[in-house]
Amino acid sequence: MAMALRKFGKDGISIWRRGFSTTAGLESSSSKDATPVNLFTAINQALHIALDSDPRSYVFGEDVSFGGVFRCTTGLAERFGRQRVFNTPLCEQGIAGFAIGLAALGNRAIAEIQFADYIFPAFDQLVNEAAKFRYRSGNEFNCGGLTIRSPYGAVGHGGHYHSQSPEAFFCHVPGLKVVIPRSPYQAKGLLLASIRDPNPVVFFEPKWLYRLAVEEVPDADYMLPLSQAEVIREGKDITLVGWGAQLSILEQACEDAEKEGISCELIDLRTLIPWDKETVEASVSKTGRLLVSHEAPVTGGFGAEISASIIERCFLRLEAPVARVCGLDTPFPLVYEPFYMPTKNKILDAIKSTVNY
Amino acid sequence: MAAFSAVKIPPPQFTTVRSSSQRPGSSPAHFAHSPSAFNSISFGSAKSVRSRPLFAVSSDVVSSDKTKPASSSSSNPAVTREVALELYEDMVLGRAFEDMCAQMYYRGKMFGFVHLYNGQEAVSTGFIKLLNQSDKVVSTYRDHVHALSKGVPSREVMAELFGKATGCCRGQGGSMHMFSAAHNVLGGFAFIGEGIPVATGAAFSAKYHHEVLKQSKPEGLDVTLAFFGDGTCNNGQFFECLNMAQLWKLPIIFVVENNLWAIGMSHLRATSDPEIWKKGPAFGMPGVHVDGMDVLKVREVAQEAIARARRGEGPTLVECETYRFRGHSLADPDELRKPDEKAHYAARDPIIALKKYIIEHGLASESELKSIDKKIDDVVEDAVEFADSSPLPPRTQLLENVFADPKGFGIGPDGKYRCEDPLFTQGTAQV
Repeated sequence: MAMALRKFGKDGISIWRRGFSTTAGLESSSSKDATPVNLFTAINQALHIALDSDPRSYVFGEDVSFGGVFRCTTGLAERFGRQRVFNTPLCEQGIAGFAIGLAALGNRAIAEIQFADYIFPAFDQLVNEAAKFRYRSGNEFNCGGLTIRSPYGAVGHGGHYHSQSPEAFFCHVPGLKVVIPRSPYQAKGLLLASIRDPNPVVFFEPKWLYRLAVEEVPDADYMLPLSQAEVIREGKDITLVGWGAQLSILEQACEDAEKEGISCELIDLRTLIPWDKETVEASVSKTGRLLVSHEAPVTGGFGAEISASIIERCFLRLEAPVARVCGLDTPFPLVYEPFYMPTKNKILDAIKSTVNY
Repeated sequence: MAAFSAVKIPPPQFTTVRSSSQRPGSSPAHFAHSPSAFNSISFGSAKSVRSRPLFAVSSDVVSSDKTKPASSSSSNPAVTREVALELYEDMVLGRAFEDMCAQMYYRGKMFGFVHLYNGQEAVSTGFIKLLNQSDKVVSTYRDHVHALSKGVPSREVMAELFGKATGCCRGQGGSMHMFSAAHNVLGGFAFIGEGIPVATGAAFSAKYHHEVLKQSKPEGLDVTLAFFGDGTCNNGQFFECLNMAQLWKLPIIFVVENNLWAIGMSHLRATSDPEIWKKGPAFGMPGVHVDGMDVLKVREVAQEAIARARRGEGPTLVECETYRFRGHSLADPDELRKPDEKAHYAARDPIIALKKYIIEHGLASESELKSIDKKIDDVVEDAVEFADSSPLPPRTQLLENVFADPKGFGIGPDGKYRCEDPLFTQGTAQV
C-alpha cells in the first residue's frame, strides 16, 4: 500500500513513495535499481558507500570486524582492510575520545557503541569534548567527521541494559546532532547524510527493526536531509509525532483510530536536534492537537521539549493539552516490558481522550 | 597501522612473583599423573592456538614464602576427602545448572540474554568455597554459578531466571543481575567493569568496620572478590580500581577469568600486553597467573590471596586462564573460535580432571561420585519445578523499588500509593 507523501520543507515540495516499514510485503518497485533489504543490510550498504567514497573514513568499535553483533558491519573489514575497519578493546570512553581525535584531524570516524546502554562512559567525551570542540577552539578545529552509531530501544527481551533509549540526554547538548531513522530506506540516506554532515552526529538505530523492517532501498548513493521532519500520513484531527521504532506502533494506532473516524497526521521527526519545528507547527496549526510518543521515560524525555515548543508557538490554536504517551518513570524493566512500553492501546486511548477533550 | 594483528609474544621472564617449579611434567602438588588432562606447563605444540607458550603455575605471591611443600607423589593428596567432595559437588552443580538453563531457554521458559559458565567452574568453586558467609562476591553477567557457589539456593536462581516472584531479586533482575543480601552477593552486572568499583567500595566498608568501628572478627577482615573477564581489563574502571585498592590497601581480590574471548574479540588481538597478571605489580600489588581449569591450583592461589587480604596486606590480582565451552551467550553462534582451540580446552574439563584426581588418590569411589551427580540432578530438577510453579510478579511490582519507598513514587495527595492509581491501568485495555 504505497502512500503519496508531501514533504514540507524550505526547498519546496516533492512527492515520495513509501510503503509501511512494518509490513514485509513489497509493492512493485518504483525504481529499477532498488532491492528489498532489512535495516542492518541498509546500514551496511551505507557504510560500504561511505568508506568507498572517502579514503579517510574509518569504522571501529567492539566486534565490528567480523560483522558486528547485529551484522551491520559485515564485509567491511574484508573489503577495506583492517587498518580502516578494526575492533577496539572494551572501552567506550576510549572509543569516543579516540574517535574525536581522529575527527579533529579531518578524518571521518564512524564509531560504533555496541548498545546505546553502553554509551554512558562515552557520554563525558561526547558532551564535554565533541559538542564543544568547534566552539571553544574558535573554529580552529572541529570534530565534524565524527559519527557515533548505536543500536537503541526495546527489543522484547533486552532487560535493563539492552533496551534503553538515551536520546534525550544528547538532545540537551548544543553542538551535537541526534538522528534516528525509522526504516531501511531512511536509515541508509540518513546515515550517509550524518557521516557527511560537518557536525558530530549521534545516530541511534532501532535494534528491534534490524531484521523485522524490510523495504525497497536503492543501491545507489543517496542522502536524506537532516533537520527535516517527514509527514508520513496526512490527517486533520490530531498530529502524532514520533521517531524510530515507535513510528510503527503509532501507525497501527492511526489505523485503529481511522476506524473510529479520527483522522491522524503522523510525523517522523528523523532528526531530534536540531529538530524541524516548522513542520510540526504547520501540522498542529492544521489539526489543533498533538500527541508525542517515545519509548524513553516520560519525565524529561524529548517529548517534553516538543510539547513546550509547540505550546509556545501554537497556544491559541491548541484544542487540547499536548499528550505524551511514553515509557514509565522506572528503570527499563525485564519482565514488565509490555506494561512499561507505550503500546498501541495506550496511544489509542490518548488519541481518543485528546480528540474528545 | 597494523594495530590489532596477532602479535607473537615471547615467553615471559620468570620474576619473583612466580614460583620456580617449572619442571616439565610436574606441577606443584597436583595432577602430576594426568598428562593428558593437565599438561600444565606448555603446549607449544603444533596444535597450540595461542601465540605464546603458557606457564600455568600455582604461583606464590610476592610477599610470602612457599610454605606448602611441593608434593608430587600420588599418595599425598592436596585436599581432604571432605573438601574434594565439596569441590566436586559444587562444580557439578554449576555445570548441571547451566546445562539445564540452556534447555529451559530453548524451551522458551527463560528469555533475554543468558550467559553460561560451562568450563569455568574451577574458578568459581576454587575461590568462593573458601569464603565465609560475610565475605562478598561481585560478578558480571555470567553470574549464575558465582551465586550458586556462594550459597544462593538453586531454586531462587532458577526462579529469577524464569522471572518469577520467588526469584532472588523478585524477578526484577533476571539472568544478569543475581543479588542476595543473605549470601552477600552484590550482583550481577550487565555492563562490564561496572562491578569492580562497587566491589572496591564494599572492600573499603569492610576495612572501615574492622579498623575504625573496631568491629573486628577473629579471622580478620571480610574479603571481597570481584570477578570479571579479559575484555574488562582494557577498561578504565578496572585500572582506576586497581589504583584505589592498592592505595588504601583494601581487602579485595581481583579475579580475572581470562577465557580469551570477549564475544568475538580475541584477547590477544585487543590487548597490548595480554599477560593480565602483570598489571598488578604495575600498581604495586601482587599479580598471579594460575591455571583456571584446575580447581586445586586455583584454590591454592585463592587461599594465599584471601589470607593476605584478611591480614590487611591489601589487594591481589589473580589471572585465571580458563575457557568457556559454550558461546558468549545463548544467542551467540560461536563461529569464531577455532575447533582445535575448543578441543584443547574441552580436554581440560575441570570436572573430569577433579574426578580423575579423586579416584586416583583414593579419596572417594566412582559410585560415590555418581551418587553426587544424581543428587545434583535432583536438585536442579527440583529447582526447575519450583520455578515453573512459582507465580509471576504482580503488575504492581513494576512501580515498586524505584525509590526507597518500596511502592515507588510514594503516596499521592489522595492518600493512596501513586502506583495504585487506577489511571495507571486505564491506558492498557489489552496489553
